[in-house]
Amino acid sequence: MRRIIAALAGLALLPLSTGYAQTSGDVTNFNLDNGMDVVVIEDHRSPAVVHMVWYRTGAADEPNGKSGIAHFLEHLMFKETETRSSGDFSRIVEENGGDDNAFTSWDYTAYFQRVAADRLALMMELEADRMANLRLNPDEVETERSVILEERAQRTDSNPGALFNEEFRQLAYPSHPYGIPIIGWRTEMETLSREDALAFYETYYAPNNAILVVAGDVTPEEVRTLAQTHYGPLAAAELPARARVEDAALPQDQRFEFADERVAQPYVMRGYRAPERDHGAQEEAAALSLLAEILGGAPSTSVLGRALQFDTQRSVFATAYYSGLSLDDTQFTLINMPSAGVTLAEAEADVDEVIAEFLERGIDPNQFERIKFLYEASDIYARDNASGLARLYGMALTSGLEVEDVQNWPDVIAATTMDDVMDAARALFADAPRVTGHLTQAQAAEN
Amino acid sequence: MLIVKHISAALFALVSLATPLRAEIQIQPVLSPNGHSAWLVEDHSIPFVALDIRFEGGTNLDETGKRGATHMMTGLLEEGAGDLTAQGFAEAVQGLAAEFSFSSYRDTVAISARMLTENRDAATALLHEALSNPRFDADAIERVREQIQSILASQAQDPNAIAGQTFNALAFGDHPYASAEEGTADSIASLTRDDLITAHRNALVTSRVSIGASGDITAEELGDLIDRLLEGLPQTGPALPSMAGFSPNTRQAVIDYPSPQSVILFGMEGIAMDDPDFFPAFVLNEIIGGGFRARLMEELRVKRGLTYGVGTSLSTADWQPMWLGQFSSSNATVGQALELVDQILGDVAENGVTDGELLRAKRYMTGAYPLRFDGNGSIAGIMAGMQQSGMPIDYIANRNAFVEAVTSEDIARVAKRFLDVDNMLTVVVGQPEGLNTAP
Repeated sequence: MRRIIAALAGLALLPLSTGYAQTSGDVTNFNLDNGMDVVVIEDHRSPAVVHMVWYRTGAADEPNGKSGIAHFLEHLMFKETETRSSGDFSRIVEENGGDDNAFTSWDYTAYFQRVAADRLALMMELEADRMANLRLNPDEVETERSVILEERAQRTDSNPGALFNEEFRQLAYPSHPYGIPIIGWRTEMETLSREDALAFYETYYAPNNAILVVAGDVTPEEVRTLAQTHYGPLAAAELPARARVEDAALPQDQRFEFADERVAQPYVMRGYRAPERDHGAQEEAAALSLLAEILGGAPSTSVLGRALQFDTQRSVFATAYYSGLSLDDTQFTLINMPSAGVTLAEAEADVDEVIAEFLERGIDPNQFERIKFLYEASDIYARDNASGLARLYGMALTSGLEVEDVQNWPDVIAATTMDDVMDAARALFADAPRVTGHLTQAQAAEN
Repeated sequence: MLIVKHISAALFALVSLATPLRAEIQIQPVLSPNGHSAWLVEDHSIPFVALDIRFEGGTNLDETGKRGATHMMTGLLEEGAGDLTAQGFAEAVQGLAAEFSFSSYRDTVAISARMLTENRDAATALLHEALSNPRFDADAIERVREQIQSILASQAQDPNAIAGQTFNALAFGDHPYASAEEGTADSIASLTRDDLITAHRNALVTSRVSIGASGDITAEELGDLIDRLLEGLPQTGPALPSMAGFSPNTRQAVIDYPSPQSVILFGMEGIAMDDPDFFPAFVLNEIIGGGFRARLMEELRVKRGLTYGVGTSLSTADWQPMWLGQFSSSNATVGQALELVDQILGDVAENGVTDGELLRAKRYMTGAYPLRFDGNGSIAGIMAGMQQSGMPIDYIANRNAFVEAVTSEDIARVAKRFLDVDNMLTVVVGQPEGLNTAP
């Protein structure tokens, strides 16, 4: 019963394969003369290909007061270019039997198509066109703003867990733009203009700010030739430095409560400010990744799950989560969803107690050995999913890592010892600034 | 509807369509020594195998007063088996880096597994224990019972779940489809260990199993593996349900829910996969609500910004095929959006679709089909599903030809037969405005 409970908590429980990839010779990378990075992942088992373009820009690069503009622009990229009508992009992809979509995060904006391998040139032609030649029709901008407001209503305003997360991030990143929601604050979204979108586009959409990732039934030589033809002629732009506002010294211990009448299952969430994976320096992130698995992996074998769901039945679900793929500081998160009759204050104390005990007792060597083997196996399973690997490289390269960092990650994990993990745990739990939130059920107003 | 201003782009697309992709999947039928059949795609390039095992019946098999028993039983299959408690079992699975998942659906209990070649025998033995010898320990039952109660409490507050459950309750009379397969707080509270043992005995039945396998295994090895997995399971089970029918006694229901946006679910009778009109209906659905360029998306989202997304699908559930659609819209625009849906469906029922729409839908559907076979896990799942639906083994090779054969006359005929707006049920969860509330 692990998956459904995780879904209930609204958590994205990533499999181990995320952040982990094959080290075989199937990944090739090179640059075009205009500075565009290219990564090719070969998988010749089926005659299909995933074509992705990742921009090193996202919600954390937005100007003040323009929250949501990176994501709004992502929507508008499916409209007109100088030579193509609105909607042509998706229509042509569909007529070629392909699927296309896009997604925006704090550190990246990415566009992709899945299509038969012999259509790769057409995908590049289309993607290169909208990298350089976007045009925005004012009427379409108006309509599309309604769409993103509907999107916010659907994903955030209708979901108390999402609203809780927004408040959490505001406290965790008071100045740093990771505190801004990707979709944007509603009041700012309502004012986003065509000019705002074009300004963001002009600043950040250029080949030297982009990474091309192609995975599937292609060779690096084919990709190089096609990429030179389609992306090669695009001019590089002068890019602003990628420096975000840093948070001043954070309060050590912040707390908040979020009440909503739509909450059915209260829970407590705590985030510790944690370092991310850095180019050439992934050791601490590896230790934290293993720590999250030890504390919060499968409920029946992890420290939190065992203590709170098995040895006692104080919790319905308890877990830990960490992902080091981030340009700036990230979060190490603990969640505890108490059983009926256990208050959130008690649930928080339960987590504190389990962590304190863990710091005293240390790691079960058998568990550590099993987790190391799981990481090794995830290398094999990851090779079954070329799209997943493409996504992994795109995320890594927009988060300040290089291809070699992705390829070294298995070795860094393998070299991490139990002492390394305990050192990282002690540093995290003793020193890292933390934010603790309680999501509770508000009483419905009288009619 | 779509104005192509730039002929060159359109031409380019046409030229590149000259060589449609074919799904080059070689499926081997496998018959195990004990007489169980399976389909295999053998591919030795990555040292693991993906298995997908589906038992026909699913949560429909819950006995009277025991709603939720099959769902709870399925959740307990990984909570201890044979000599191993829940924790011991999880440690053993992790120690092999095997991955098992156990899921229940209305018509099916499904098990999918990934096993490394280097320890496949041991992983098979573990999975066999989970399937044939689950412990149903008292502490595991209580733990899972509380998890399900928590899920039920959350569903009661989730507008999407409320919409689905309201729709089903109105649509399907006293058929199992009418009620939530997770059960109710009361039914879950009253389930006993014996109820779970009965649910297990009824659901995991070898005469109703379909198996797909893909990856690093030979036909002979797969035959042996299947016999080991299914050993000890009963051969036959209780009767499956009869058809549910679709007979709502209302056309519209509004459930008050405190949110700035409403969730809207609409549906009418669909079409079974063995119906000669299935493929025209399949293509018609693509044109109306399949993808980003479908009519509903174009009219509601692209032209008017009334929703983030709207889609429709053909549900081919065993006991009542349905045609279902869903979207969300701000409370203030629900009335306008629903009027448009009615208008678009009515228009298609009367006038059919354009040749351009039909051509585009066929190109997309035939081009995208081969892309589904993109890994061992997805291939195994597709093959298990095909067998469960009674499709022939050469279906994959012929499927695109069935799509290509659909004519605009077929579409017009099927649209008239099937887009019956007067018998459409609509459920709105939210605080909608502008709804036409006439009966």
